Amino acid sequence: MNQPKLNLSPKVSDEIRKTTCYMCACRCGINVHMKDGKVAYIEGNRDHPVNKGVLCAKGSAGIMQVNAPSRLRAPLKRVGERGEGKFKEITWEEALDIAADRLLMIRRNDPSKLAFFTGRDQSQSFTSFWAQNFGTPNYAAHGGFCSVNMAAGGIYTMGGAFWEFGQPDWDHTKLFMLFGVAEDHDSNPIKMGIGKIKARGARVIGVNPIRSGYNAVADDWVGITPGTDGLFIMALIHELMKAGKIDLDYLARYTNAPVLLNNDEKSPEYGLFLRDEDGKPLVIDRTTGKTAPFDQKGVRPDLNGKHRVRGITHGTVFVKMAERYLDPSHAPEAVAERCGVKADKIRRIAYELARVAFDEAIELDTPWTDFRGERHEKMIGRPVSMHAMRGISAHSNGFQTCRALHVLQIILGTVEVPGGFRFKPPYPKPVEAHPAPHAKVTPDTPLDGPHLGFVRGPEDLALRGDGSPARIDKAFTWDNPMSAHGLMHMVISNAHAGDPYKIDTLFMYMANMSWNSSMNTSGVMQMLTDKDEDGEYVIPNIIYSDAYSSEMVAYADLVLPDTTYLERHDCISLLDRPICEADGAADAIRWPVIEPDRDVRGFQTVLVQLANKMGLPGFTNDDGSAKYQDYADYIVNHERKPGIGPLAGWRMGENGLQNGRGAPNASQLDNYIANGGFMVEHIPDEAAYYKPWNTAYQDWAVDLGIFDSPQPYIFQLYSEPMRKFQLAAEGHGERQPPDHLRERIRRTLDPLPIWYPPLEDGHVDPVRYPIHALTQRPMAMYHSWGSQNAWLRQIHGRNPLYLPTKLWEQHGFKEGDWALVTSAHGKITVPVAHHAALNENTIWTWNAIGKRKGAWALDEKSPETQEGFLLNHLIHELLPPRGDGLRWSNSDPITGQAAWFDLRVNIEKTSVPAETLPAYPAQGSPVPQGPDELRWKVGE
Amino acid sequence: MTALPETTAKKLGLVIDLDTCVGCHACVVACKGWNTENYGAPLSDQSAYGAAPKGTFLNRVHAYEVQPDTGAAQTVHFPKSCLHCEDAPCVTVCPTGASYKRVEDGIVLVNEDDCIGCGLCAWACPYGARELDKAAGVMKKCTLCVDRIYNENLPEEDREPACVRTCPAGARHFGDLGDPGSAVSQLVIEREGVDLMPELGTKPVNKYLPPRPKDVLDEIDVLSPFLAPVAEESKGLAGWLDRVLEKI
Repeated sequence: MNQPKLNLSPKVSDEIRKTTCYMCACRCGINVHMKDGKVAYIEGNRDHPVNKGVLCAKGSAGIMQVNAPSRLRAPLKRVGERGEGKFKEITWEEALDIAADRLLMIRRNDPSKLAFFTGRDQSQSFTSFWAQNFGTPNYAAHGGFCSVNMAAGGIYTMGGAFWEFGQPDWDHTKLFMLFGVAEDHDSNPIKMGIGKIKARGARVIGVNPIRSGYNAVADDWVGITPGTDGLFIMALIHELMKAGKIDLDYLARYTNAPVLLNNDEKSPEYGLFLRDEDGKPLVIDRTTGKTAPFDQKGVRPDLNGKHRVRGITHGTVFVKMAERYLDPSHAPEAVAERCGVKADKIRRIAYELARVAFDEAIELDTPWTDFRGERHEKMIGRPVSMHAMRGISAHSNGFQTCRALHVLQIILGTVEVPGGFRFKPPYPKPVEAHPAPHAKVTPDTPLDGPHLGFVRGPEDLALRGDGSPARIDKAFTWDNPMSAHGLMHMVISNAHAGDPYKIDTLFMYMANMSWNSSMNTSGVMQMLTDKDEDGEYVIPNIIYSDAYSSEMVAYADLVLPDTTYLERHDCISLLDRPICEADGAADAIRWPVIEPDRDVRGFQTVLVQLANKMGLPGFTNDDGSAKYQDYADYIVNHERKPGIGPLAGWRMGENGLQNGRGAPNASQLDNYIANGGFMVEHIPDEAAYYKPWNTAYQDWAVDLGIFDSPQPYIFQLYSEPMRKFQLAAEGHGERQPPDHLRERIRRTLDPLPIWYPPLEDGHVDPVRYPIHALTQRPMAMYHSWGSQNAWLRQIHGRNPLYLPTKLWEQHGFKEGDWALVTSAHGKITVPVAHHAALNENTIWTWNAIGKRKGAWALDEKSPETQEGFLLNHLIHELLPPRGDGLRWSNSDPITGQAAWFDLRVNIEKTSVPAETLPAYPAQGSPVPQGPDELRWKVGE
Repeated sequence: MTALPETTAKKLGLVIDLDTCVGCHACVVACKGWNTENYGAPLSDQSAYGAAPKGTFLNRVHAYEVQPDTGAAQTVHFPKSCLHCEDAPCVTVCPTGASYKRVEDGIVLVNEDDCIGCGLCAWACPYGARELDKAAGVMKKCTLCVDRIYNENLPEEDREPACVRTCPAGARHFGDLGDPGSAVSQLVIEREGVDLMPELGTKPVNKYLPPRPKDVLDEIDVLSPFLAPVAEESKGLAGWLDRVLEKI
């Protein structure tokens, strides 16, 4: 044999720098291998709480993001017309002066003339702090068009939702049920979890119209009709309740099932809780037969309590639930056809849920003490876990569906128990521990409080004195009272319409609003470029920050170029969107593992510099000097309240460095870097489960600074804030909704989960548009960011429209065919492909693959422009008119969540065009196109 | 013609679990990254930002649909790279001796110094597991990360192929399939792992674990278990409450 001699131990790198990934929002830990000062290879960090060493395709392709030719190079000032993409490069000094001068003028006159919205921002506790000190009420991030239904449904029901809020107990669960998630957040932990439970022989049920990704490996697949998940879930609740397969002890102790409700239809407090003088909801104590506050020491709440006081009868939430869900209208056979799921299969799944929850219950020998002072010798586990994201939330009935899903989890007794669903700190956190929204504007003055929050009732709506919306996106109004994340998808449309008022400056960050982040893409491009009779732009001034030459850049008057994720400081903060695990609190940083080779600055540093130029309160010392030089300085030295800052790790305590509370530590970032870029503080065993009620957990959370005092609470199966909005719609109270919204509020803000058809069904002819159309996010691509990535675009460079067998055969499609797809709003012409593992009335495609010519430094003939497309053209931010003289928003009427997935279409075969339609002329590119050939080896 | 060793001391290879692979392409890109920076010529990309992007990859994931006789169609994700065959036709066809199978561990490699880029090996490989790098003009293939698995500059736990280290679902396993006691051999026995296209006689070292049976909850017959109601319909809510609340 003539084998060459190999060097089996080549040098891997000069140095490993550990930071946090930003190739999607999951924020895994990464090891960046450096050679000669350049990035040579990126792998997962084994010590990191999120990914424990693994890394997805996006993360591993980060090296191609950092060298992407689409990276912006310097601040840009528009010289052509908006949308043309013609710019001149200017200095940072000039850019900051232009921005600060205009913003300062706005602030002195009317701060609400600034709309500041920050896309897929992970520094919301900072950007909101900036906006609050500026004084505009018009701030939010992208939650309104992403998953606010999921987040708000979870908070209002049980003090937390999925993903960042909690996770299945992967180590103990025996049955994992996944709703509407194909390949979504959180990316690596779900894959790791599925791998882990499958290795143990635990089972996965996937509920999704499309059998791809996680649903492809699910043991059982429920190919449900889009928008009917709520019906399906309530049929499961019906079956479980009817069979008595519900955790009565859990419901009595840890939920508001035993809380007494006013049952007198004539009372102005009908449907509200009976409360004591301290405002505490009351239950009947089974020991005494008398009313008692729900949290009184030793109380044993009665699920069937009754109480009559001052002529008014009161009964429990539990009885109300039984009345509703035992009704035959919720029986499997009553919903099977609408769901596209056989009644027997629904029954079979209900049986399986009950069998695993009760017959396979587990016990951990860990004693714990609850908030009523009762000690429990064991932790009882019901090993059924669930997860959901956009699939159920991006419907106009999504909030109620999310609530229904949590009710299903709760009646099985599976939340915060071994084998079930577990919160991640700083969750669980009840509504009461969150702020209410604030929107009071005073010139030259900060806003009166945080912008976003959780309304408790009509008194918390963000309305002006005349009842008109205080916010440009109409968040927290009667149109969508519980819009906890704002409505970013309505900002441009409302600003263009001057409804509720005109603005001066639209300031956005990381939000590709002229392309894949908007409904009605063509319309938005028009709104951004429209001029009034004086020849001025209807939206007068647009400032945009992005690291890359995205479609939105062409629509800005001033472009502030951001860095890539390896060139910047960031903090992934417990004050914000944390990266905690169920077993511990964690936060993390990004730091510049390489220096930018362009004249660019991290956006958050730019905000600090703008604040300093404007002398914003919160950023300015009493002597007028700047508190912070840049974002890193803010991260280390800002205190939200004494002892609590953006990062909880390595703070200065009385006896040295400690996690949690403490004074700023000048070396904090170095401490993080030395620890791999993150901090984890583990939860003690006796505090690991039953967190909302577990005194050991509550005390631990107070010690760490998550709460200032213990915050035990019970789950809100019945949502009293929703009932308060219904009461207003019924004519009670001072603040009254406009008449045209009364009926809708009464119908949709039901305090117990209900199902109603997606609103588009009431506006769009279901015979003319019989097909549901969806998008899914590919695992190897995150929104538009992957398109510039030389490696990832080879995996997803084009996106056919996938059709089920029934439609494929009905229309006689063959491979290579194209289709004309029509909605009530628009038309697209796109390539099709056959996908058998699909709900028979549903078509789908990948999200955000299609690109506009001229963007992202791609060739104008790239497959993304020729054979890629957006479904967004078919979706409008308003529903079609239905003759009532009103235009209804295409959003959930409770939260304002963009109803992307309500879309109905028709499809027909068409001749093959030159490229996907609609096609747009190329926009000018501020960066040159990338090289033809890549041979990216940075070392020897 | 290049000769294969009669036996190899070890049979290093991969065991890929098709029951767990979610098709995320993490392995594809980790492989691309490691092997662009390491063994031999970088894996190049042509038309990287152009109209027809096409680069060299040593590992790719394909998706197939399976339509059973009854029931719903299924999706199977199928990662594919060199299977390091015992009777590797790509080696015996090589005119220069550049392709070879290592005696010590059975890894099939290309000695790039001797490769003339003739492409015969890619033609001979029935699995389509070799790709000619357009920029370097040499044949590229999975090395099983030969520069990782013995690399003393890496912590011991990292001495495994990049694709295995990164796989989020834990669907990829690495080890000695020549040792019946190894974890990978045991996994193959337990899960009834299979060869890819055994009829070709290439004796691949890599094994695939088949997907477990799916959709058992659709198999509904008279014996299927359903939940029984706790009270007769006629007794209504009060009867239901009485019966249910008896339990606590």
